[in-house]
Amino acid sequence: MEWIQQLVNGISLGSIYALIALGYTMVYGIVKLINFAHGDVFMVGSFVGFYSITIFHLGFFPALLISMVVCAIFGVLVERIAYKPLRNATRIAALITAIGVSLLIEYTTIYARGAQPEAYPDNLLPFKNVEFFGVKISSQSLFILAISILLMVLLQFIVHKTKIGKAMRAVSHDMDAARLMGINVDNTISATFAIGSALAGAAGVIFGMYYTKIEPLMGIIPGLKAFVAAVLGGIGIIPGAMVGGLVLGVIESLVSASGYSLWRDGAAFVVLILILIFRPSGIFGKNVREKV
Amino acid sequence: MKKLTHGKGFWTAIVVVAILSALIQFLISGGTLNSFYVNTIFYIGINIILATSLHLIMGITGQFSIGHAGFLAVGAYASAIMTMKLDLPFPVAILAGGIAAGVAGLIIGIPSLRLKGDYLAIATLGFGEIVRITFLNIDYIGGASGMQVRHLTTWPWLVACVVLTVVVITNFTNSTHGRACISIRENEIAADAMGINTTYYKVAAFVIGSFFAGIAGALYAHNFYIIQPTNFGFLKSFDILIFVVLGGLGSMSGAVIAAILLTIISTFLQDYSETRMIIYSLVLIIMMLYRPQGLMGTKELTSLFKHRGTGKGGMPNDNKQTIA
Amino acid sequence: MTTNKLLLKVKKAGIRFGGLKAVSDVNLELKQGELVGLIGPNGAGKTTFFNLLTGVYVPTEGSIELDGDKLNGLAPFKITRKGISRTFQNIRLFGELSVLDNVKVAYHSRARHSILSSIFRLPPHFSGEKEMEEKAIEFLKIFKLEDFLHEKAKNLPYGQQRRLEIARALAANPKLLLLDEPAAGMNPQETHELMNLISFIRERFSLTVLLIEHDMLLVMGVCERIYVLDHGQLIAQGTPEEVRNNPKVIEAYLGEEVS
Repeated sequence: MEWIQQLVNGISLGSIYALIALGYTMVYGIVKLINFAHGDVFMVGSFVGFYSITIFHLGFFPALLISMVVCAIFGVLVERIAYKPLRNATRIAALITAIGVSLLIEYTTIYARGAQPEAYPDNLLPFKNVEFFGVKISSQSLFILAISILLMVLLQFIVHKTKIGKAMRAVSHDMDAARLMGINVDNTISATFAIGSALAGAAGVIFGMYYTKIEPLMGIIPGLKAFVAAVLGGIGIIPGAMVGGLVLGVIESLVSASGYSLWRDGAAFVVLILILIFRPSGIFGKNVREKV
Repeated sequence: MKKLTHGKGFWTAIVVVAILSALIQFLISGGTLNSFYVNTIFYIGINIILATSLHLIMGITGQFSIGHAGFLAVGAYASAIMTMKLDLPFPVAILAGGIAAGVAGLIIGIPSLRLKGDYLAIATLGFGEIVRITFLNIDYIGGASGMQVRHLTTWPWLVACVVLTVVVITNFTNSTHGRACISIRENEIAADAMGINTTYYKVAAFVIGSFFAGIAGALYAHNFYIIQPTNFGFLKSFDILIFVVLGGLGSMSGAVIAAILLTIISTFLQDYSETRMIIYSLVLIIMMLYRPQGLMGTKELTSLFKHRGTGKGGMPNDNKQTIA
Repeated sequence: MTTNKLLLKVKKAGIRFGGLKAVSDVNLELKQGELVGLIGPNGAGKTTFFNLLTGVYVPTEGSIELDGDKLNGLAPFKITRKGISRTFQNIRLFGELSVLDNVKVAYHSRARHSILSSIFRLPPHFSGEKEMEEKAIEFLKIFKLEDFLHEKAKNLPYGQQRRLEIARALAANPKLLLLDEPAAGMNPQETHELMNLISFIRERFSLTVLLIEHDMLLVMGVCERIYVLDHGQLIAQGTPEEVRNNPKVIEAYLGEEVS
């Protein structure tokens, strides 16, 4: 029964990874950039949520919304200032810049408020345990799952049923063609960053609520793992990020449960290496050949 | 006819290095330089080795590698085991560090180098982390608390290793093998078409680069009294990456100069580590936005003194200092 | 001089990408010393066919033989060493390397000095490098590029870049040279010079040449035989006269004047 509990933990953890992974995959799909700073948006989101709750005494949902909005704006700012000028530069330049932005966000946060962690208050949601066939599942886990699913469904709706979503899909396919069709590519890219960052912000607040402890460097490891999840599902493919996140979360929980808890961080990287060696296009991905 | 033996620049560099090394040795033995400066100088030497070794992989052969600290770690721990656990002499430890890291480079390189660009970067990052996490979990070498290591790194050893690294990598670059690697960087498909075994050379550059990172690891381990897995995380890999990128991808003198300057800056900002990181990251971003070719682009110091700059790494005119 | 010895034998070669048959059922033979053209409308699969010959793509069907050696599945660099060399539709020079170094790269596979000898500057390194240098300079003199030896390849004007690419491909000492649209972007004067160059190198190096081109003046002017590709399949072959008057060819080009 321990295992089922771990499975549930895994799915909760996986949902958080999935929400972050969506941002990575959408941005990579549209501008072929690995946004190293994305994990730090997650961190910013959790801090924004924290301050909303503790300083402004807001409830969970308002905090969640505020965090999403702030992160969306933040994501667009980063994109406009640091990434847009490099759209036609070499990949290494864009990668290095993303790393620079990531470090800048982390250390500015530390400079501003110190490196010490904070703790989300315990009593955000009524803490009820539900029993399913003798397995205790915390209502928090269910709640996380519910919110994540809701957000992902919302995302699918946006991507497939709205104009901006269509524009996003068009630009991912072929930026020049989309531009020729009259799509405002710059705004579409910014919208992509906005949505991805909002989801990461939401993940940050959810993380804070579930795990309580947050600190300025908290985005690094989950950020990397979420990226692995995105690659696992097929980078650039939205359902892939969702599935990849959940799978990775479950794998990690199971590794931890099997007694190898010191290796749980390593699990993500091992998965990464295996994927890159055996199926670099990911679970849902297709092989794209370079034109010679 | 172009001279293929060592030119004037080479011998000038040797003489200058010899004089400066003797001078510094004198200052150290005399106790004139306090330990802060001595530490900084040693750090500079180690970072020069790290920067040039990564330069071979990224600057010359064009392979993204952002897990270089993993090789540093392998060299550090392998050499530490030699001296602390097996009681072997320091020279053996240094060699062991290099070889161990080189083997790691081979194991990691063969599967990873099939990947390109971003994917290779992430794979190397992943491997770097796996190495660190592995060392974290091995009790024999101290696990998370790390391992204490005797102080055996002396100035002559450091100079010897730095000179060896720079000379080897320069000689490799200025040969048909170096050209093969550059052709891979410039246009891998064309390199294939011209008969270059690109896989072989990508792996070779990777192994040579990791070998020297291992040597740096041995020197590092025996200089700072204790090594811990946290010293070898991706922040360390980024540090090394910054040397190469800011110096100019493709320029060895650039990498060396950047290593020297940035080491000096960071030791002086030691107490203000957040400020240091903020300045670092801002400089990085601004550099990429306004001068992505870095300090030297692909030019070497020597080309500033000649008409032609073929930019593939000419004779080094410096090991530790700029000339003019 | 065309001999009767068969150099390249391609039987029913083809490749499919997913559901798309980019090239299928192509039979092609080249005798040693021939100068043959490969034409077809855009997207016909000509470059894809070159990629099959050079190992960039592995054929999913059929066989490719050079001088009796089966090439299917070999890595590109091995195929080059067996004797096929090429230029590219979009020039692929080593931009940061000098003109001289670009050509030296083509000699690399025949260099005999090892990495160790270069690292430790042993005698084999010096003699090997000297040999490469001398051969490369002589070669560049043939192509009238000796004034630009140390210029970075990316700084050359377009016409000279094309010439360098051809020189480099030849320095690899091929039996078969594949030229992919060498006249692209050239004016009639330059095209004429190119025609002379191609004939010259064919004689000088006893080469067999397969040429992709859209410029019909060039193709009809130098080629002894022509193959025509459309939608990945061969629709015609023969002498320039035969091909020019072939209704299937004319149709493939949608009524374009083929002369």
